[in-house]
Amino acid sequence: MIGLSHYLALGAVLFAISVFGIFLNRKNVIVLLMAIELMLLAVNINFVAFSHFLGDAAGQVFVFFILTVAAAESAIGLAILVALFRSMRTINVDDLDQLKG
Amino acid sequence: MLENYFPVLLFILVGLAIGVIPMLAGWLLAPSRPDSEKLSPYECGFEAFEDARMKFDVRYYLVAILFILFDLEIAFLFPWAVVLGEIGLFGFVSMVIFLAILVVGFAYEWMKGALEWE
Amino acid sequence: MPDLLPALPEIFVLTLACAVLLVEAYTKNGYWSYALTQLTLLGAAVLTVFTTSADTVYAFNGLFVDDLMGDVLKLMTYLAAIVSVVYSRTYLTDRGMFRGEYFALLLFAVLGMMVMISAAHFLSLYLGLELLSLSLYAMVALQRDSKVATEAAMKYFVLGALASGLLLYGMSLIYGLTGSLHLAEVAATVDFRNQTVLAFGLVFLLAGLGFKLGAAPFHMWVPDIYHGAPTAVTLFLGSVPKLAAFAFVMRLLVDGLHPAVGDWQQMLAVMAVVSLVVGNLAAIVQTNIKRMLAYSTIAHMGFLLLGVLSGSYAGYSAAMFYVVTYVLMSLGAFGMVVYLSRGGFEAERVDDFRGLNATHPWLAAVMAMMMLSMAGLPPFLGFYAKLTVLQALVGAGWLWLAVVAVLMSLIGAYYYLRVVKVMYFDAPHAEPLVPATAAGDVRALLSLNGAAVLLLGILPQPLITLCAYAIQASFR
Repeated sequence: MIGLSHYLALGAVLFAISVFGIFLNRKNVIVLLMAIELMLLAVNINFVAFSHFLGDAAGQVFVFFILTVAAAESAIGLAILVALFRSMRTINVDDLDQLKG
Repeated sequence: MLENYFPVLLFILVGLAIGVIPMLAGWLLAPSRPDSEKLSPYECGFEAFEDARMKFDVRYYLVAILFILFDLEIAFLFPWAVVLGEIGLFGFVSMVIFLAILVVGFAYEWMKGALEWE
Repeated sequence: MPDLLPALPEIFVLTLACAVLLVEAYTKNGYWSYALTQLTLLGAAVLTVFTTSADTVYAFNGLFVDDLMGDVLKLMTYLAAIVSVVYSRTYLTDRGMFRGEYFALLLFAVLGMMVMISAAHFLSLYLGLELLSLSLYAMVALQRDSKVATEAAMKYFVLGALASGLLLYGMSLIYGLTGSLHLAEVAATVDFRNQTVLAFGLVFLLAGLGFKLGAAPFHMWVPDIYHGAPTAVTLFLGSVPKLAAFAFVMRLLVDGLHPAVGDWQQMLAVMAVVSLVVGNLAAIVQTNIKRMLAYSTIAHMGFLLLGVLSGSYAGYSAAMFYVVTYVLMSLGAFGMVVYLSRGGFEAERVDDFRGLNATHPWLAAVMAMMMLSMAGLPPFLGFYAKLTVLQALVGAGWLWLAVVAVLMSLIGAYYYLRVVKVMYFDAPHAEPLVPATAAGDVRALLSLNGAAVLLLGILPQPLITLCAYAIQASFR
């Protein structure tokens, strides 16, 4: 039978993949946005699993809010990305190096 | 322990079968008349004239962003509709206020011309 | 119908923030939005004062709490937001950012902070934090033609989203452990049999918290964002949200996870020491004053954490006093950087302050007061802020931490005093620094800001008592 720990393991693996995606990715800012989205979805799996096994609906309500906030977040991320591309003509992560001190 | 994974195995097998059988059937049963025109890139409605991985118009992003926002905020309507009978007038008014806030955003983007393509 | 009265200030700010957005859309005149924003903040202050009481009131099925600490912090938030808006008016006008969008985003950010300050539930905590963060990302990116600003916005966005992710992951683990998202219920049911899950949850929560506070070792975004953002935005995001961040720490750790105090004390101690060391040492080598103040913020956040980690009422009220003090000082310091910028010129190098005393003795005096206060020299306010934190720390038996903090403050005094030295003893620039058309109200408010740092330093007791009383009333 698939139990709580299986879901938590899946959530943890997805979370780890997304964190690595953020830190190891040197190519493309869009991949960063995707990694961020994956991270929030990993958290959602945790919440839904806990909510189901605890028999408490609050966790699923939280997931609803995370989903909508994630949409707003990616909208802002894409908007910043467009502004970035317009001013720098690139979305390469390595080219974001003007701020140093 | 291992027999717990039997459904997963079954799922993988069925999934493979559904993918493989039509391909096999097509290869065995279909008539084979090769033509160079069949292999050329195809674009619906007009001649293929450039690389398919072209850049999108930046205005497309704007529309897409606005779409994502309004699309997902509407997700709140479903659970609300399910329990509307229990939450009564207060729940109804809450959702009206929520939608009114969305309308403010909509009025703003409209007035700012974000919905104009040209 | 649930009682919505405790949330009246929030409802008011939300309504008027929407109004500002519509006013901008229909009139396209920044002055209307500016006036409406100031009125909104003043109105919210009036409402907060009238709905305030020493009792703790819950609303929205326990999602929202109205207590005295929240009211005091909210009043400070409005005040700081009003001051920052006045300071940045000329700067925004010069750069074409004096538009309704800036003010609407600012009001939404303030609303997010208010929700954070009054959160009694993981959900309201998260939503408040996101409303604040999303508004700030957009504010940083508002100067679209500036390469550094957009780059800063992108970095802020990615790291901020990462922090939210970490925080949420921690919240989900704590939820699984306790079966509740209400902070009070979490505190009542937190379970020590499952020590590993609790530790994991705490680590993720504190990592997310560290990111949002800008405490080392999660500080890497702070200098870049302070440097790259338009200075008016740096002024806002470098001062006002710190109040909400303090409330966030208190809600999460004291309201929600107080039974695990032994665990988070250790983690906070590490974060505080690293912040003090990194902030103070890295600030020394900076030539850009915005970057220098960014590193100094990291050090100040270390001090704030020292107050919280002592785990006593004295420590919490010392931390609250510290954060209020810090907001006053950073408003003054960043306000001066904004004030000296004009046209296309940014007064963001330390060198730009050279010889300010010779040309504008009063401005130099105000800036010097801010620097000396940040360095923690008596008789300025910053001295008492550091003193109360150290007292609480020693009182709770963390002597070695207090010693580290004092040593690091001594090192930190060097770079603050360098700014004072540059202003008073170096030869001035050939061209005058101060714009000819400096507005009178900005000058007056900057002077008042300086006076507050000096006078509250001479008479710190009322503010200290207020913080202690608010903490006592809220965390009985």
